[in-house]
Amino acid sequence: MPKPKTLKKMRMTMRRREMLTGYIFILPIIVGLAFFFFPMIFRVIQYSFHDVEIIIGERYALIPRGLDHYAHAFTVHPTYVQTLTGMLVDMLWNVPLIIFFSLFMAMILNRAFPGRLFVRAMFFLPIVMAVPAIQETLHMVTQMMSEGMVETVADVEANNYFDAASFAYMFIGFGIPYQLIDFIVGAVARLSVIIRSGGVQILIFLAALQAIPRSMYEAAQVEGTTAYESFWKITLPMISPLILTNTVYTIVDMFAQSQPLTMAFDLAFGPGVTNFGLSAVFSLTSTILVTILIVVSGFLISRKVVYLSDKE
Amino acid sequence: MDKIRNSSTGIVKKLRAKSYRTTKKTKDFVLGVFIFVVLAGCVYTILAPIIGILSLSFMSTGDLFNPMVFVVPTEPTVYNISNAVRLMDYWPVLLHTLVYSLGMGLLHVLIASFVGYGFARFNFPGKKIIFALVLLTIIVPPQAYMTPLFMHMRFFGPTDINLINSYWSVTILTIVGMGLRSGLFIYIFRQFFKGLPVEINEAASIDGAGAFRTYATIILPNAKPAMITVLLLSLVWHYGDTFYSGMFLRETRFIHVAAQGIFSRYINEQGVAINVGDAEQLIAQMITYAGVLLVIAPMLVIYAFLQRYFIEGIERSGITG
Repeated sequence: MPKPKTLKKMRMTMRRREMLTGYIFILPIIVGLAFFFFPMIFRVIQYSFHDVEIIIGERYALIPRGLDHYAHAFTVHPTYVQTLTGMLVDMLWNVPLIIFFSLFMAMILNRAFPGRLFVRAMFFLPIVMAVPAIQETLHMVTQMMSEGMVETVADVEANNYFDAASFAYMFIGFGIPYQLIDFIVGAVARLSVIIRSGGVQILIFLAALQAIPRSMYEAAQVEGTTAYESFWKITLPMISPLILTNTVYTIVDMFAQSQPLTMAFDLAFGPGVTNFGLSAVFSLTSTILVTILIVVSGFLISRKVVYLSDKE
Repeated sequence: MDKIRNSSTGIVKKLRAKSYRTTKKTKDFVLGVFIFVVLAGCVYTILAPIIGILSLSFMSTGDLFNPMVFVVPTEPTVYNISNAVRLMDYWPVLLHTLVYSLGMGLLHVLIASFVGYGFARFNFPGKKIIFALVLLTIIVPPQAYMTPLFMHMRFFGPTDINLINSYWSVTILTIVGMGLRSGLFIYIFRQFFKGLPVEINEAASIDGAGAFRTYATIILPNAKPAMITVLLLSLVWHYGDTFYSGMFLRETRFIHVAAQGIFSRYINEQGVAINVGDAEQLIAQMITYAGVLLVIAPMLVIYAFLQRYFIEGIERSGITG
């Protein structure tokens, strides 16, 4: 019988055509991965073992230096190791805090109260204002001013216009011991970073909370669970996949604006001495460390993650 | 619970129910106050820098030294603002930066929706792996391989074209999905398209529309929310980006570059050597703050009018799911 055969043939070509159209649609990213992403990663590894020198009128030359740049970064360079560990410590502190904070905030915002939309908009504002340029400008201005400047103005750096100093003075006014003030001011300083970098995470958690069917809570209530229990038994498992997403997002976000990468950038494109090899070492080693951190935390969290259905 | 208690007779039980209700009321009240304090604190933390810059920009030097003045200037002046506008060449620079950001945003919408649609609707071997690699590009930021990327653009192609300080460098990267947060935008579109009913596609193909026609005439018009979100996010991020612009477009005077130049421009303009702590230096600094305000103001305006799209886009089509 010829009929099934042609049908089969047609289905094959249809499937092949679908495959082909699919590839055409994702062609840009295939080109990007094959000609930009992977070659660049390969080359950054290559650069880290070489000196990169631009020869006028020609291309550039790679002069082999072995492990020199690595040795320099980790044993000679005055601040790199310190900066790198500083970044990791910062991440270990801030990432859990940001996750807890944004979950807490999402749960508050999930309740109905007047001005809810306004508060939600406020939390997302830092995303819009995440303008590194602004931070840089302010940083530069403060650098340009020397210590001798009028103190009131020196404190008026945008970030701590109100924060630390005025808080401290207020508490001293109340007669609270200095050690306590120190602790509070430190916490407040970290807090402002956490509040400002939680916008997307709060939105993600909020969407997840709203996706939990109400019937689950109702059923639990009929069974007599308390709010505390239903948080641990329903809310947390239901949003657990997004804890993973948020953790990865937070780490990546923090890394992209971290100090080691800034150092690498300045070393390659800054006003001072340029050293592409050392810059490559900086960006490569910090990326590897952060990737390890992501993999480890992803592994630890995913063991606790609950997937109800196997939807993607 | 309340109903059960109320339905039972007996004075004692009624009394108990009443006290239960009052404690619940006070509990709710305390919780409400607590939530209000926490939220007010957070909103304040986020708004404080903006308020600070806003108040500084309109302060005169007299106000700055007056200890009685806190936040609200007593003698407001537009001196700082008008000087910042002049020293930055504000309007042409702003226009140029906005055109650049908008252009890049549109390109992102086009490319990311195209690629995202491919991932959402078609089946082909290696799809999962390639998509995992797209996620990898989100995790490994371009900062990690910036030096070779720079060299690649400095000596581009077989004929070693110098693409540094040319818009082609950023354009090419955006077209191949390696631009500013391209991976995230592809992800957003892919999630959005996955949420669209497949029946749309089936209906279109029954009517004889090819894949590309379906995409252009049916899918894209239905993807307006995701498109607006991606356009706005891309616009805002390009506007404030220093990484790509600092690497590939170093000689272009974007708005933040202009703001950074205010301080030295003003000092140069005065023509005399200025010592640390001079009033002139202080004024230069105030003008810089005004400049910073001028940089963020357009984004604040955009956000004020369109914040719904930023938020709902991330919430609905975004990273969830």
